[in-house]
Amino acid sequence: MGNLHAGGYSANAALRWQESLPWLVAIAAFFLLPEFLNLGARILIFILFALSLDLIVGYAGIVTLGHAAFFGLGAYTAGILSARAGINDPLIQLVASGVTAGLLGVVTGAIILRTRGLALMMLTLAIGSICLEVANKASSLTGGADGLAGITIAPVLGQFRFDLYGKTSYLYCLAILFVCWWFVRRLVYSPFGASLAGIRENNLRMHAIGAPVYLRMLAVYAISAALAGFAGALLTQTSQFVGLNVVSFELSGEMLVMLILGGVGRIYGAFAGPAVYMIAQDQLAKQFPEYWYLGIGSLLVIVVLFAKGGVLGLVDRMVSRIGKGRRS
Amino acid sequence: MTIALETRNLRKQFGALTVADGIDFRLERGARHALIGPNGAGKTTFINLLTGGLRSNSGGIFLNGEEVTRLSQRARIRRGLGRTFQINTLFRSLTALDNVALAVAERRGVAWNLIGRANRHADVVSESRDLLTSLGLAQDADTRVSDLAYGKQRLVEIAIALGMKPSVLLLDEPAAGVPTMESRRILEVLDSLPQDLAILIIEHDMDLVFRFARQITVLSRGALLAEGTPDEISADHRVREVYLGERDV
Ligand SMILES: Nc1ncnc2c1ncn2[C@@H]1O[C@H](COP(=O)(O)OP(=O)(O)OP(=O)(O)O)[C@@H](O)[C@H]1O
Ligand SMILES: [Mg+2]
Repeated sequence: MGNLHAGGYSANAALRWQESLPWLVAIAAFFLLPEFLNLGARILIFILFALSLDLIVGYAGIVTLGHAAFFGLGAYTAGILSARAGINDPLIQLVASGVTAGLLGVVTGAIILRTRGLALMMLTLAIGSICLEVANKASSLTGGADGLAGITIAPVLGQFRFDLYGKTSYLYCLAILFVCWWFVRRLVYSPFGASLAGIRENNLRMHAIGAPVYLRMLAVYAISAALAGFAGALLTQTSQFVGLNVVSFELSGEMLVMLILGGVGRIYGAFAGPAVYMIAQDQLAKQFPEYWYLGIGSLLVIVVLFAKGGVLGLVDRMVSRIGKGRRS
Repeated sequence: MTIALETRNLRKQFGALTVADGIDFRLERGARHALIGPNGAGKTTFINLLTGGLRSNSGGIFLNGEEVTRLSQRARIRRGLGRTFQINTLFRSLTALDNVALAVAERRGVAWNLIGRANRHADVVSESRDLLTSLGLAQDADTRVSDLAYGKQRLVEIAIALGMKPSVLLLDEPAAGVPTMESRRILEVLDSLPQDLAILIIEHDMDLVFRFARQITVLSRGALLAEGTPDEISADHRVREVYLGERDV
């Protein structure tokens, strides 16, 4: 179990060359695959969402089935600001979405983080369904089941217009993802990140060394919620529409599937999972719609049973095997 | 002698079972004090009451002269109360260094740093390494604790508590399950601890108790049965009856 990005006081936090790969791939895709930039932007958005999920599932050990609540609130915040208040600046919307989602994280976290394990998971599910119901009922604000249309997004920094081909969307999402990734990586390798590992490993002992366990959990939960809120805002801004699906249980579940596929608790699993899942979906779901869920389901079973650590875990093992082969 | 830790008429019940039956207890500064008693006497419960992990039903707890009865576990820890566990309570998949560093970081108040790199906190890292070195674990600092031999895990258990720099240290059977050879090592470690640290040790290994303790308290069914020097305790016929007799001391 060689988890590269476990953090801690013994960990070397220096960047490794492999960590530049996702960014190189993303930049290469921009130049080489101009017709896929809209899909590319969506992938980047879901990577950010998965990254926020990894922070609490992988690093804090909180299994949630309701993370779409924060993504959805972020998406609606951006959409409502534009459609109902005429605030169209993307960065203002982004900040607002992060703040509202973060606040929802504080409020709901304050309740659910008093429990653990299965009870906690059920509470995340319950809060997710409440949020879905609120979004559905508050149709004067959210458009309800019809969705929220009439969203216009001003150029980024007053300069870069959102174009049909998704160039601006793609680069904008890439830039936001980069900043959030930087923050998450710092956090994982920080003393705070180390204390999260402590809580995950042995909650009882963390209490016994005087750590404010509940506050730490609340902090990371709120941070994760804010990051999910950013991702939601990006989806609204790049698609200029918000539907109820952004708060759905299916989305929470699908994100968890993507993260598990990519590998939990290793930062880059959140990159690999959505990329593999969404490209496969794009290629296969259209051709074999009836087999898509069957395929994803089987893949998930295989990963959970045989490839702990997901796609990235497999890569790790292959690399270390090749390394051993060379040395001997 | 100043009193480091004191309980007055401390009571705790689990339903109909009384596990602390009005305990009046004093631990002096720099004490080497053992708490012994048969299985189920309430020794671990007593420690849990002292640390605040469990709430007492009535009575008072005083730490360095200050009443802490109603304070949280965290507040008591910050006032200098440290403990170890009877059953290893470690961060199993983390290195020995990280196990200790987590405690050191909490004490030094750096654990809220969200952005700085943990390994760059040289003060925390070097203090943790020094602590492990002083326990003879220098070679094991970068090993996951789950990969360490059991005896060494017991030492890490103590190291974490020492990382908190407590003024009162409560040790719950530090040598439990450790073979005699290695329990000698644990005794050496205990002997090397600072003289002004007040230590309360729960232990079933009477050899270790009689070598280490200058004062012994016997607990039976939640009540104090006897207290005195090792010689007084081994001569006490009540103690022999409920406890020592069974163990052929
Ligand atoms: N949380 C609890 N709820 C109910 N009963 C408990 C609880 N914790 C301990 N007990 C009971 O209280 C009594 C005292 O337990 P305790 O663990 O304090 O004993 P001990 O002296 O430490 O024993 P040992 O030498 O075996 O460690 C036992 O009968 C135990 O079963
Ligand atoms: Mg016990």
